Amino acid sequence: MKSRTIKHLFIIGIAVISLASCAKRLDLYPVNDLTPATAFSTPEGYRGVLAKIYGGLSSTGNQGPAGASDIQGLDEGSQSPFIRGFFNHQELPTDEAVVSWNDQTIQNFHNFRWTSSDPFILGMYARPIYNITVINEYLREAADAKLAERGITGSDATAIKTSVAEVRFLRAFNYWVMMDLFGKSTFITEENLIGTELPGQIERAELFNYIEQELKAIETELAAPRSSEYGRVDQGSAWALLARIYLNAGVYTGTPKYTEAITYAKKVIDAGYTLSANYEELFMADNHKHSNEIIFPITNDGLRTQSFGNTTFFIHAASGDDHGEYGVVGGGGWSGYRATSALGLKFEDRTGATDKRALFTTSKFGTSDAQMQIPDVTVFANGLHVRKYRNIRSDGGPVSDVNREFSDIDFPVFRLPEMYLIYAEAVLRGGSGGDAGLALEYMNRIRFRAYGNSYGPGDVGRLTSGDLNLQLVLDERARELYWEGHRRTDLVRYDQLTTSTYLWPWKGGVSSGTAVDPKYKLYPIPSANLSANPNLTQNQGY
Amino acid sequence: MPIKKLLQALILPALLFCCFSSFAQNKTITGKITDTQGVGLSNATVSLKNSTIGTTTATDGTFSLSVPADATTLVISSVGFAPQEIDITSITNIAVTLSTNTATMDEVVVVAYGTRRKGDLTGAVTSITPDDFQKGQIASSEQLLVGKVAGLQITNGGGSAGGGSKIRIRGGASLNASNDPLIVVDGVPVESNGISGSGNLLSTINPNDIESMSVLKDASATALYGSRASNGVIIITTKKGSRGKVKFNFNTQFSMGEVPEFVDVLTGDEIRQLINEDAAATGNNTYKNLLGTANTNWQEAIYQKAYGTDNNISASGSIGMVPFRASVGYSDQDGVLKTNNFKRTTGALNLNPKFFNDHLSVNVALKLSQTRHRWANEGAVGNAVTFDPTKPIYESNKYGGYYEWLQTGSNNLPIDLSNRNPLALLELRDNTSRVNRFIGNVQLDYKLHFFPDLHVLLNVGVDDANGKGDDKIDSVAATNYRTRGRFSHYAQVKENTLVDVSLFYDKNLPTLNSKIDFLVGHSYQEFVTKVYNYAQYGRDRLVIPTSIPNFAWDKPEYRLESYFGRANINIDQKYLLTATLRRDASSKFSPENRVGYFPSLAFAWRLKEELFKTSRAVTDLKLRLGWGVTGQQDGIGYYSYLPRYTLSSPAAQYQFGNNFYNFIRPEGYDPSIKWETTTTQNIGLDFAFIQNRISGAVDVYQKKTEDLLSEVPVAPGANFVNKIVTNVGNIENKGIEISLNTVPVRNENFNWELGFNFTYNETEITNLLKNEDPDFRGIPVSGISGGTGNTIGIFAIGYAPYTFDVFKQVYDPATGRPIEGLYEDINRDGQIDEADRYFYKKPAPDFLLGASTQINYKDFSLGAAGHGMFGNYQYNNYFSNNGVIRAVKNPINFIGNASRNYLESGMENNQYLTDYYIENASFFRIDNINLGYNVGKIFRDAASMRITASVQNVAVFTKYKGLDPEISSDQGIDNNIYPRPRTYAIGFNLDF
Repeated sequence: MKSRTIKHLFIIGIAVISLASCAKRLDLYPVNDLTPATAFSTPEGYRGVLAKIYGGLSSTGNQGPAGASDIQGLDEGSQSPFIRGFFNHQELPTDEAVVSWNDQTIQNFHNFRWTSSDPFILGMYARPIYNITVINEYLREAADAKLAERGITGSDATAIKTSVAEVRFLRAFNYWVMMDLFGKSTFITEENLIGTELPGQIERAELFNYIEQELKAIETELAAPRSSEYGRVDQGSAWALLARIYLNAGVYTGTPKYTEAITYAKKVIDAGYTLSANYEELFMADNHKHSNEIIFPITNDGLRTQSFGNTTFFIHAASGDDHGEYGVVGGGGWSGYRATSALGLKFEDRTGATDKRALFTTSKFGTSDAQMQIPDVTVFANGLHVRKYRNIRSDGGPVSDVNREFSDIDFPVFRLPEMYLIYAEAVLRGGSGGDAGLALEYMNRIRFRAYGNSYGPGDVGRLTSGDLNLQLVLDERARELYWEGHRRTDLVRYDQLTTSTYLWPWKGGVSSGTAVDPKYKLYPIPSANLSANPNLTQNQGY
Repeated sequence: MPIKKLLQALILPALLFCCFSSFAQNKTITGKITDTQGVGLSNATVSLKNSTIGTTTATDGTFSLSVPADATTLVISSVGFAPQEIDITSITNIAVTLSTNTATMDEVVVVAYGTRRKGDLTGAVTSITPDDFQKGQIASSEQLLVGKVAGLQITNGGGSAGGGSKIRIRGGASLNASNDPLIVVDGVPVESNGISGSGNLLSTINPNDIESMSVLKDASATALYGSRASNGVIIITTKKGSRGKVKFNFNTQFSMGEVPEFVDVLTGDEIRQLINEDAAATGNNTYKNLLGTANTNWQEAIYQKAYGTDNNISASGSIGMVPFRASVGYSDQDGVLKTNNFKRTTGALNLNPKFFNDHLSVNVALKLSQTRHRWANEGAVGNAVTFDPTKPIYESNKYGGYYEWLQTGSNNLPIDLSNRNPLALLELRDNTSRVNRFIGNVQLDYKLHFFPDLHVLLNVGVDDANGKGDDKIDSVAATNYRTRGRFSHYAQVKENTLVDVSLFYDKNLPTLNSKIDFLVGHSYQEFVTKVYNYAQYGRDRLVIPTSIPNFAWDKPEYRLESYFGRANINIDQKYLLTATLRRDASSKFSPENRVGYFPSLAFAWRLKEELFKTSRAVTDLKLRLGWGVTGQQDGIGYYSYLPRYTLSSPAAQYQFGNNFYNFIRPEGYDPSIKWETTTTQNIGLDFAFIQNRISGAVDVYQKKTEDLLSEVPVAPGANFVNKIVTNVGNIENKGIEISLNTVPVRNENFNWELGFNFTYNETEITNLLKNEDPDFRGIPVSGISGGTGNTIGIFAIGYAPYTFDVFKQVYDPATGRPIEGLYEDINRDGQIDEADRYFYKKPAPDFLLGASTQINYKDFSLGAAGHGMFGNYQYNNYFSNNGVIRAVKNPINFIGNASRNYLESGMENNQYLTDYYIENASFFRIDNINLGYNVGKIFRDAASMRITASVQNVAVFTKYKGLDPEISSDQGIDNNIYPRPRTYAIGFNLDF
């Protein structure tokens, strides 16, 4: 009898256990991560995603300085960051930069030998498109209907609507990067949903029109220049980007738009921006104090925005044993980037005694003709050592990172002098609505500040109307804007990047410089992307 | 929760156990069981027929068993031998010789969800028992199988005490999902993904407790494990109690290991000569001024003689009606790298009583272990070969008195990118961990009273592991001078639960001369991980700001619900048919893709019965045909089908105004992700000739994996990631396995066995793209050390995974030396660029070879075992990094050491991507040589003793120029491996 009872208990036990297990659900959700519904349930959630959209230009992932990378399968420090990638693509193939390292294909930039399988180019294509993908998601989630559905109203809703104009600016800016570097681009807007279809491609000229339309559409929705909190874009940024694309419209579309360039440069100039007194402070740890001149900065902070690919890259990569002068203790100098003598020769005085923009002298390296020579690109000691970015505060205070490894320097995307230079060049190139006298004055404002708020001994710095010509503007751009990511675009516009008109040391991998295939005016569409998306086509020559 | 379930399951048998007792008049039978050579057989089972009374024999084959006075028949059996029945009606002392003639066919082999006579097997299964295990000081269970099974590759990660191994059955079937086989311990699929604080979860199982290991290779053998079976299954079965008097076994082993060989580097004098000559030639004294006067052998400084002990005591027999086996083990092993230590304490208890006239069989298996590690900072291995030998080990400074490279000037800070004092790396870091693990399960097998052909089976099991550790870097350590040391703590808990319920029906159909059995079941498994996150602390216990975690803990989990069924049909002892089907539903996939079906079919034809029934030469011959589909879902994220947003860490914020805001980032996801599926076909032939003097098996297989879980480039803008693990691509494995066991000599005093196994495997990626692309080269993989982001391998269509992708080196015909930086223009376009890289060799071996031999002469035994790999190539990352003058004259202004390879290649700068550094790493290793002696009875016959001595890692035969040709990375990148020690061990085994 006992055994029968036990037997029954036993069978019941089995039945209970199996039923219990069947009832368990297989729908499991992560504990800490958010779902789309929870992420956007509050205004704070929107601001977090907005921070990501801006932060996509300064950070490489969700962990600082590295880790949880936005871009997979590439080196997070060197290939997926925006600032470092943009710098490599805009400066390394020019007279302004060479690198001593052997990291994968990095030498191909200065040598003009890059191919469509280049990992740095793959990262550069991925970064702006990634930023745009997140922007589109934000735009979908910030639609009026979604806000209403989530009960977000009043000032919260207004703030989110303003942010919509900002992210549309950032989308236009990211597309500008694509247009400038690659010509044609993967093209996605908020209409393209995630994981459902392969994105299409847009040609360079059409992309120009799209960027132009977008910027004009949001012009009125953005905050007035210099009226929003630090770090946020406003009308000044939109006008500055319009001025920049109009100046290069001939390259992008075949149809120059110098008149429009003059119009929009002037809009920025008249919006109340002023030059700061001291050039070198614009690139120091507390350069956020210069929002009078810096129109749109990508903000960095040594403690809270850590990355090996934002301005932290400049202070380490440009320094060696002399890294103390760059404000670097932790991490030391990486002994990598210098400029060629061609940049040095643009300055009448390379010591910085008269033209204060010549930030080249350090305790280890001088600026003599011999010092500037580069017998061997891979030897860091060879070349002109650039000490433009320094993680030191102009007020002598402590920087954020007590270890002095990560940089506080904000990266200036647009500065007022660029607008002066655009104005002058567009006037010289025949744009209408401008004034040659004003162009000269703008140029001289730049020179006046450069020579220490004077024109130097005997007014050597002052330009006269006879001096003003296109080559001078180009050279002035080099002196004023070197290492800020303009040089390749400028050399393309002047058709000096690939031709023999202008040669610099090791251009094309030859010590004295050589002309290269004009295909190198554009970067190739990475072959991995062509495999993944048959809608994309390769640039000519690759 | 799982513990509670287990306790509930335990109460029932415990209650039952109290109700029983037995009393009768007895007689005692004694005797000795020997094999055909007269050698006593240990651990043979002696039991009274049709009863629960029984015992096992001692080491020398003797036994003593108390039976009821009216008992008539004893059954004598032993693994690998034919059982015999002995009439004991009128005798009390017996001598039995068991023969191996047909025995292997009757051997019971553990298979998926059950056991099977070897002769009835239809799938490719190899079972290895302790006699065939690797001998010597074995720290981790998987090491018992090294070189023993055709198609199985086991490579430990190096010589680290308590370190892990790479296990591959028939090559890998996957690219980015896991290639590790499923491990099942006593019916519980166990955690194989590891846990914080453990180098190897298999080391928590005491090798001494293992009775057998079954390696399931083809799909017809594994398909019952469905979605987790694509990479094969290893079933570990632990020793059980046997009926009879309680017997004890004690064994102890002492070992000493040492580094057999150092990496060949330059000496202090050679560095001085080199730099002085260079200074004289160039007039540049930068490096000359940095020279020291010492002649330090840094490798000698960091290695030590590693002592170890391993002690185990076990008791088995029965208490009342409950057969049991209990064991306790303790092992303490130093590593050859200073500070490395591994300690393990294990306890195991198996109870296997039967109730209700054997209608209910209960099997309780409990295994408890604690492992304690002290991890050596393995960075010391690389630093010892690169650190300047002209420098002394110690120097008066603020970095603990260890010599360090300091920045020029007066700040006395270490050079950030220089290497570090190797000994300081070891001695100034205290990194310890502790892992507790409990694997327990209760299996009930209830034969219905009213329908005895039907069994109800229940298996409830848990696998709980709990790991934690502290990593302390001393405040004076140069490595962490910025935060003045670092303290970090970590903890992780894994709780896996299993509930299987099944019905088993077993019927003899004498009229049809057939036998059938069916199994249907339901299985539910839960895998829960708890990760605790802690901030790290630096100087004076101040928190390191960037280390503050966003979340104090995380709890990823996944669940698997399955139904399975199997049918076996045996017709006339000639035709064997097995069909299985499993349906798995996994929480890792969306509801639409959650369910997968995994069928298999196998047929075996016993040719012996059909064609050679009367042949004396042919002992056995069986042909097997198998086909099956298995799946794979390990190694991918738990939530990868869900759209998710994650919060950034404190060091990833953006500034708006004066405030900083954490990012909220959308994550990439693949809503349609699902299993990868592998279809396997297998043809096998099992053979045995001349009374098993020659036996073995040949298997030919083909595995085709579809919907590979591959990490592939995503079209930019199509998702929030540019690479995603998704189902794309195909991979194919083909191979041949041969195992051959021979007995060249067999006579009364002398027995010689010789075994070989041989594997040929070929793996090829057959597709990787969703869209056709004729220009697709492949996906770069295999990141190397040196430069940033350099990769040396590729996943390319038509090639083996991780095929090397390199430049073709051009050599100087006069000197034979590589011409630095000069490569062949493969595409003949006049320039050397990325397009000139070519596919050259691969890291996976073509052939595996295992060999072992055992000689028994009277009471002596001598054995040796070895294994080898052929056709495997390796990238010598140590040479490419250090075989250059730049390694000595480091551009960051310190002196390093170079590999002697520099003297051969003469390279100035690192040329990472040349095929010069791809070397043939084929090798054959003699794993061990062991000697044993049966002392026989000691302590007035109270005990018997055996003494063993062994040498492990005896010798390696290879052309490979690096330190060790055997590395565990799939990528084939050799970079500063923790050297495998040569270990000498002596052991004593006592039965009483």
